[in-house]
Amino acid sequence: MTDATTSLSSTQTGEAGFGDYVALLKPRVMTLVVFTAFVGLVVAPGQMHPMVAFTAILFIALGGGASGALNMWWDADIDRVMRRTRNRPIPSGKVREDEALAVGLALSGISVVMLGLAANPFAGLFLAFTIFFYVVIYTMWLKRWTPQNIVIGGAAGAFPPMIGWAAATGGIAVESVLMFALIFMWTPPHFWALALFMKSDYKDAGVPMLTVTHGRPATRRHILVYTVLLVPVALGLALTSIGGPVYLATALVMNAAFVKGAIGIARRTEAQAEADSYKVEKSFFRLSLYYLFAHFGALLVDATLARAGWEVF
Amino acid sequence: MALGREHELHTRRRGRNLGLGLTLLAFVAVVFGLTLAKIGGGGGMQAFDHAPRSELVPETGK
Repeated sequence: MTDATTSLSSTQTGEAGFGDYVALLKPRVMTLVVFTAFVGLVVAPGQMHPMVAFTAILFIALGGGASGALNMWWDADIDRVMRRTRNRPIPSGKVREDEALAVGLALSGISVVMLGLAANPFAGLFLAFTIFFYVVIYTMWLKRWTPQNIVIGGAAGAFPPMIGWAAATGGIAVESVLMFALIFMWTPPHFWALALFMKSDYKDAGVPMLTVTHGRPATRRHILVYTVLLVPVALGLALTSIGGPVYLATALVMNAAFVKGAIGIARRTEAQAEADSYKVEKSFFRLSLYYLFAHFGALLVDATLARAGWEVF
Repeated sequence: MALGREHELHTRRRGRNLGLGLTLLAFVAVVFGLTLAKIGGGGGMQAFDHAPRSELVPETGK
């Protein structure tokens, strides 16, 4: 019964394990969504019942996961080509495309409705807009059309702290817009550093990444420009009601290190990068992760200190 | 392959069913907890039970 056994054991039959569906939600991206949305919610003025806050974060995360599933459904063809994404649930044959679509749509609906009920309708609508932006504007439209895909599409990843803030306050404020701007301006240098050392992946998949369309030296210059533009946004946040001494010190140190790293990248030639296996680019990419977590972590520390009555200014 | 023997497929299916069951239970717990939080934080709650409610009577005698 080899044929029957083969077809039964094949994961193409819709017999994926639970973990495969979890992988469909991009859990690593979800950690960033959870963290930034949590900070947005905590630093916002006013008090929220812990259970309501927990539910809001849970469904913001689920909404992020749902958009990840819909992204994987649409991008299954290019995920099969790229080395980095070849083992995702759909290209590896564990989850069928229609299953991913169903999971993505169902979780999108549940997360939007539940966030609207738990926090407020505005936050629910904001989450719906974010899912729409990531799936339709970024994944379906921009990603395969323009080398600015990362720049504009980065907005989707920048919305979670604004949604967290909206869940707590029911609106938008200069602080939440600046938190959005921080992630928005951080995204291009972060992804372009990755594109520099992921080499041929995007080219093979036909994704017009800046490294492919404008060349690698231009990408290096773009990284520097966006990193410099990021500095006033990061420091500007320190001057708002949610900034504090810890945030200011963190922003000063991290931005100095980030600009230094970007200058290092801009000065390098491809030959130098090839020679040391993109060591500088890889360490800049790692630094970019610390950069974001440090900024949002500092906001959290300042908010905690302020609530404990340790407000300095 | 004997029918009674457990195939890897069955293990995977059981894991998926268990995961889904736990997820649904967690969802019920979250909705229950949220309901308690909303009711608890909502202040005094009144139903329309035909009993006179003093706060609805227009103030008189001033």
